[in-house]
Amino acid sequence: MDMASLLMTAPELVLSVSGLALLMVAAYAGDGSARLVGWLSIAALAVAGWTLCGTPGHGGEAFDGLYRADAFGAFAKVLIYLAAAVSILVAPRFFATGREIRAEYAILILFACVGMGLMVSAGDMLTLYVGLELNSLASYVLASFMRQDSRSAEAGLKYFVLGALASGILLYGISLLYGFTGSTSYAGIATAMSEDGLSNGELFGLVFVLAGLAFKISAVPFHMWTPDVYEGSPTPVTAFFASAPKVAAMGLTVRVAMEAMGSALDSWQQIVIFVALASILFGAVAAIGQTNIKRLMAYSSINNVGFALVGLAAGTAEGVAAVMSYLAIYVVMTIGSFLCIMQMRDADGRPVEEIASLAGLSQSRKGLAAAFAIFMFSLAGIPPMMGFWAKFLVFDAAVGAGLTGLAAFGIAMSVIGAFYYLKIIKTIYFDEPAAVYAPAGSRIENALMAVAAAVIVLGYLLNPFLDKVSTAAAAALH
Amino acid sequence: MNQLGFPILSLMMALPLAGALASLFSSAAASRMIALAVTLVDLLLGVVLWLNFDQGLSAPQWQFTEYAPIFGRFAWAMGIDGIALLLIVLTVFLMPICILASWEAISKRVNEYMAAFLLMETMMIGVFTAQDLFLFYIFFEAGLIPMYLIIGIWGGANRIYASYKFFLYTLLGSVLMLIAMLWMARDANSTYIPTLMQHSFDPKVQIWLWLAFFASFAVKMPMWPVHTWLPDAHVQAPTAGSVILAGVMLKMGGYGFLRFSLPMFPEASVYFAWLVFALSMIAVVYTSLVALVQQDMKKLIAYSSVAHMAIVTVGLFAFNEAGLEGAMMVMLGHGITASALFLCVGVIYDRLHTREIDRYGGLAVNMPQYAMIFLLFTMASIGLPGTGNFVGEFLSLMGVYEASSWVALVSTTGIIFGAAYMLYLYRRVCYGDLTKEDVKAMPDLNLREWAILAPMAAVILWMGVYPESFLKPMRADIHMIVERMASAKPEGDAQLTAGVPQASAAHGSHENEDAHSSNHETAGEAH
Repeated sequence: MDMASLLMTAPELVLSVSGLALLMVAAYAGDGSARLVGWLSIAALAVAGWTLCGTPGHGGEAFDGLYRADAFGAFAKVLIYLAAAVSILVAPRFFATGREIRAEYAILILFACVGMGLMVSAGDMLTLYVGLELNSLASYVLASFMRQDSRSAEAGLKYFVLGALASGILLYGISLLYGFTGSTSYAGIATAMSEDGLSNGELFGLVFVLAGLAFKISAVPFHMWTPDVYEGSPTPVTAFFASAPKVAAMGLTVRVAMEAMGSALDSWQQIVIFVALASILFGAVAAIGQTNIKRLMAYSSINNVGFALVGLAAGTAEGVAAVMSYLAIYVVMTIGSFLCIMQMRDADGRPVEEIASLAGLSQSRKGLAAAFAIFMFSLAGIPPMMGFWAKFLVFDAAVGAGLTGLAAFGIAMSVIGAFYYLKIIKTIYFDEPAAVYAPAGSRIENALMAVAAAVIVLGYLLNPFLDKVSTAAAAALH
Repeated sequence: MNQLGFPILSLMMALPLAGALASLFSSAAASRMIALAVTLVDLLLGVVLWLNFDQGLSAPQWQFTEYAPIFGRFAWAMGIDGIALLLIVLTVFLMPICILASWEAISKRVNEYMAAFLLMETMMIGVFTAQDLFLFYIFFEAGLIPMYLIIGIWGGANRIYASYKFFLYTLLGSVLMLIAMLWMARDANSTYIPTLMQHSFDPKVQIWLWLAFFASFAVKMPMWPVHTWLPDAHVQAPTAGSVILAGVMLKMGGYGFLRFSLPMFPEASVYFAWLVFALSMIAVVYTSLVALVQQDMKKLIAYSSVAHMAIVTVGLFAFNEAGLEGAMMVMLGHGITASALFLCVGVIYDRLHTREIDRYGGLAVNMPQYAMIFLLFTMASIGLPGTGNFVGEFLSLMGVYEASSWVALVSTTGIIFGAAYMLYLYRRVCYGDLTKEDVKAMPDLNLREWAILAPMAAVILWMGVYPESFLKPMRADIHMIVERMASAKPEGDAQLTAGVPQASAAHGSHENEDAHSSNHETAGEAH
């Protein structure tokens, strides 16, 4: 047993072991222990995050290249753990209103985090696949977590069927790559691809792998599952889906594209450009007609993935750094938005998802309305919110790589996207008040919302730090 | 640091921001007082800024500079030249007036309203003081947020359509500018505006960069045919919102041309001058005619703004001192005049709650004070000598005459049309018989309204009688831009030469025999 390698996978070990232990707690203490399990899970996430300061953050290759412990993985993992912790924190209140909370909720998120950690740290196609499936299996269960709710069950089933299809496509791509390059490791594939040019078989493998990954990041044209799953899943789970797995899948895509297929930049660049523009355009246009806030956020996430992919399309270290910064800012905005959405409860405390119910919110709940507006302006990319900076970075990378046309087209499309975010702000601020919501949520939710809003408004002061860590993360890819 | 020893520009921006936060958490009455106090202090700071601005010949171009590289890829870089100084003074001058004008007119959600206005002031000052490309962009865009809320929450019946149109139009214009900025920052390896103003971009690329900036500034200005958001926004916005729109936001377009398009892309500016001239000529004639048939007072003034802004653009693209100084003077004069006219409309709107011209008539009988001051602003809008607009329009048209006499010919019709639609408006509102019962019941100006309108009247006359106060701070900066343009500047079609004086009539002034340029300089000194 290779001790150094084991140490490098400390975050995953911590999470797996504590997940298994907590499973025992849940099994014997029953659902009454849900809150305790939740807090212990958050503690586990904190410990896992803390280990990243050591060798897991910069150790290099573990298990002969199957696993990479580097700054790139560490950056993504910090975001994933943060998003996961928030999703666990806000769950009890959501489930408190007449739904069953089960202790396994937090544990499933822990296991999903193990999978996501493997995804972003994978150095081999098979590690990638194992991580992806571990995450997906936990996600399928989470999506249908409210068993009695038909929408939730439908979401889980849809997610499972389409996810299995995507996994199949991905595996087929991996097998093609293995067949034509003789290796499943990123390094081996990269060497084979650069040595004698890109053969047709390798090209097919590349296309299939990218298609499978596009499904995971819900990029157009593999996005169809997103709105239904987002709408049907319990809201804390939707918040989780919109943040952590997005980071993991994007990180994974970036690593595969840059490390394994770096020499085939010309081949995948055009695919990424197409997928990026299609996602931006479709995400923006399709969102306009939505009346359900969770569906709208689904299209918003498709739209945002498109923007993040603009940074990847640049194919430079700067582009990778931009994607990572984009994800960091995106996670804060999305989590913040979902914190607001979770406060949408009618007088009896039941969750409301209709956008129309937000009407006149600014007159009954000023703080919530202001936070909502901040996140929406930020998602629309209007300065001085941080959402602007995220877009700024990816477009800057695109311009730096000579893709000025892509940048100009993409940013022009962002104006379409701005329309539906404005529509929410209009509903909140301009419309006559509708039925009043239930009183403010718990202190934790409010505090989290305030912190997220503050980061979105004042985040520019963190720019030098963000620049440093994202550049370090990008430099770790080779 | 600067001649004052404290970061006055940051302070001028921080004050309204703090005021905005404070008024969010105050009652309606308290927020009114906070807003008034903060804007008055900012006005005072603006005066201090002006008095301490070194206008000497050897003065540095950029004064009151601050530099703090705290944002990583861009910096908190502040600093002003004479052009920015005047626009900042215009902003801080209009702000207390806006607050006073909303004193009674706004009765719902007062604290949020005041907060939005104070936020707006921070953003506007930021636009004019930013010395970093991206900092400028952030303020330029961020100003949309409070304005969107002002129109959407406190606007008229069709406010939602107007607010969307305003936001999305200006946003679409601006985003392309961002891409151009990203390219420029890479090419020049700097985001510092003074550096970029000295950087020579490849003339081929300049074309694209110029177009991207033009997309933004033309919408903001607004130029025909992308002006259509303006009448909607003006009509729906509350009075003070219209004042800020007409008084300051439109000037951001002209400021952008002066700060970016001309000095950074001189070749492209010359290349596209025909385009600007063509659009401006259409705007002058077309929007003036449209203004003539308006039934809504605010809409009429909105269209007249488009026509006046077209005089600004022709002046800017004349590429000579007279044209540029004139353009700046029109911007300042229009900033005050159009604002004053919107306030005049607001005065009677507050009494009768309609902007329809036909609902009024004969106001000169029962509101003589109002009729008098409205007449003054009407005349100022027409550009009567003695008012600020005359100086501006005269200089602009003189400048453009040097560049192209045809453009000057068409643009000058703007003044004639202007007289037509403004006098026609005035006749319908103030003259005629006082027949309508509800109009008869309208009281004359009260003290608050006098306090709003009297300073504006004074400034308009000041600008008209002694424009040197306003021309002096910007002269060196305008000269700098003209110098920058000199290499690319085309030969004008009107080659003015002074006549050869008779030997007996000459009083030893041999300078007059020189070409028009030196002739013009002596004329300028004689101001």
